[in-house]
Amino acid sequence: MTWTLNLRAVVVILLLLALVLLPVYVELTGSRFLLTLFTRIVILALAAVSLNLILGYGGMMSFGHAAYLGIGGYSVGILAFEGVTSGFVQWPVALLVSALFALVIGALSLRTRGVYFIMITLAFAQMAYYIVAGLARYGGDDGLTIEKRSQFFPPLNLSNKMQFYYLCLALLFASIYLVWRIVNSRFGLAVQGARSNDTRMRAIGFPTYRYKLTCFVIAGTLCGLSGTLLANHTDFVSPAMMYWTRSGDLIIMVVLGGMGSTFGPLFGAVALLVLEEVLSGITEYWQIILGPLLLLVVLFARGGIDGLLGKVRQKVHHD
Amino acid sequence: MTDLLRVESLAKRFGGIVATDDLNFRIPEGELHAVIGPNGAGKTTLIAQLSGQLRPDSGRIYFAGDDITAIPMHARSTLGLARSFQITSLFLDLSVLDNVALAVQARAGHSFHFWRNARREPELRDPARAALARVGLKERADLPASALSHGEHRQLELAMALASKPRMLLLDEPMAGLGPEESARMVATLRELKKELTILLVEHDMEAVFALADRITVLVYGRMIASGRPEDIRSNAQVRDAYLGEQEAVHG
Repeated sequence: MTWTLNLRAVVVILLLLALVLLPVYVELTGSRFLLTLFTRIVILALAAVSLNLILGYGGMMSFGHAAYLGIGGYSVGILAFEGVTSGFVQWPVALLVSALFALVIGALSLRTRGVYFIMITLAFAQMAYYIVAGLARYGGDDGLTIEKRSQFFPPLNLSNKMQFYYLCLALLFASIYLVWRIVNSRFGLAVQGARSNDTRMRAIGFPTYRYKLTCFVIAGTLCGLSGTLLANHTDFVSPAMMYWTRSGDLIIMVVLGGMGSTFGPLFGAVALLVLEEVLSGITEYWQIILGPLLLLVVLFARGGIDGLLGKVRQKVHHD
Repeated sequence: MTDLLRVESLAKRFGGIVATDDLNFRIPEGELHAVIGPNGAGKTTLIAQLSGQLRPDSGRIYFAGDDITAIPMHARSTLGLARSFQITSLFLDLSVLDNVALAVQARAGHSFHFWRNARREPELRDPARAALARVGLKERADLPASALSHGEHRQLELAMALASKPRMLLLDEPMAGLGPEESARMVATLRELKKELTILLVEHDMEAVFALADRITVLVYGRMIASGRPEDIRSNAQVRDAYLGEQEAVHG
């Protein structure tokens, strides 16, 4: 049996178990801080999973993915501010607006390639950032406090930190499963074919633009979901949610974890955010340590953490 | 025999260069028709016009009796006219089987299916495996396409063309860059395929051409100078002057 030696599978199972059992540990030790940190990690991991769909599988280097975090977040924030607190309204609106935004950006940017694609997605996200920063009624630059989290039916209460964590975790697992189904479907293979060789795909009869645009919209919608969770988590939305450095963070998570792998974005999100937490506890200049670490991963571990774990299995297997 | 492909007064020029000069020919169903000629004779331009990549300036192309002159590339491939590329164009980071399965998928309607695992669909995988078996790549199916040799890439190109269930294959220099052993294998594969398919073969390898072709057309500067059975072409004085002699001189 090779799978008993499969380090990647072991790490995935341990990580998923740890995430599921974390609240138990928190209950025993009373470390509320850990629960807050990991709720955040789980939410951003969901955003990374959505980015991985277009970046890792679709080869679409979007540098504006954080825009959907902001759009999802502000949909919740603005509706709550206007007195609509029902999650049954807020969430569908958040997803719909994210999808529409993705449709417009995608329709325009997917006509370009390479650096132009990166710049156009970045430009659109920054445009959204400045528009939101200009909304004086909703706090402008200072952001908007959310008085009341999204309301669902009674037993579900997002203000309960434990419940909220499990909701986020369940949505993360569901998204990982969803993306896994998608990338292995006919649609997923068409998108990966377009990443690999767009010209050839068109020559054998695939209208690749349509498939890539659909993929782009799915990823944007999923990231919008992550935005609604993030807004509920912090009880606050601000333009900073969608600043371009946040898009950069999401890219780092995907690359660090392993582009185009099922659990890579989760690895990346956990690794980056835990490292950030630990290093910033040691020194104020923690980015000086994080930078070279990322450089090493990019230079020597092309497949990211997922790739490294895969390699170990191969070595064991060869012996 | 009925004509599967018929070309009438085809012409294409690029500025002052005449790439295709009033070309007329017909290829009956089941024939392997080779097109030869020195560099710059307009062979690749001809294939590009037949596959729909280039639009001719004038003239008509008929496939199975229908005028396809104005039909775009992907629609011609749906009609059963498949093309392989002179420069290998593959999905290098996907598996060999995935490459061929995508060619099958292209003919299986739209791909907006998001849930079922396409790598487990027999409708896609079985024809792909069959095509790989026919070109002798069955054992390499699960490797990434990048792991294959140049010769195997050509075989894979052929498998992809086959998987699209064509009635006619347009092959643009399938032997280009192959070693003697690989060439011999490609010739053997093509000999198998010509039993069921109509093939138009553009090729520089004269040994392969004379071994395979039922009829040969010789192009020089876009103009047909001869067309006929291999023995006739070999003994045609004009062809020897324009092309074969020159080649022998180079090789000698």
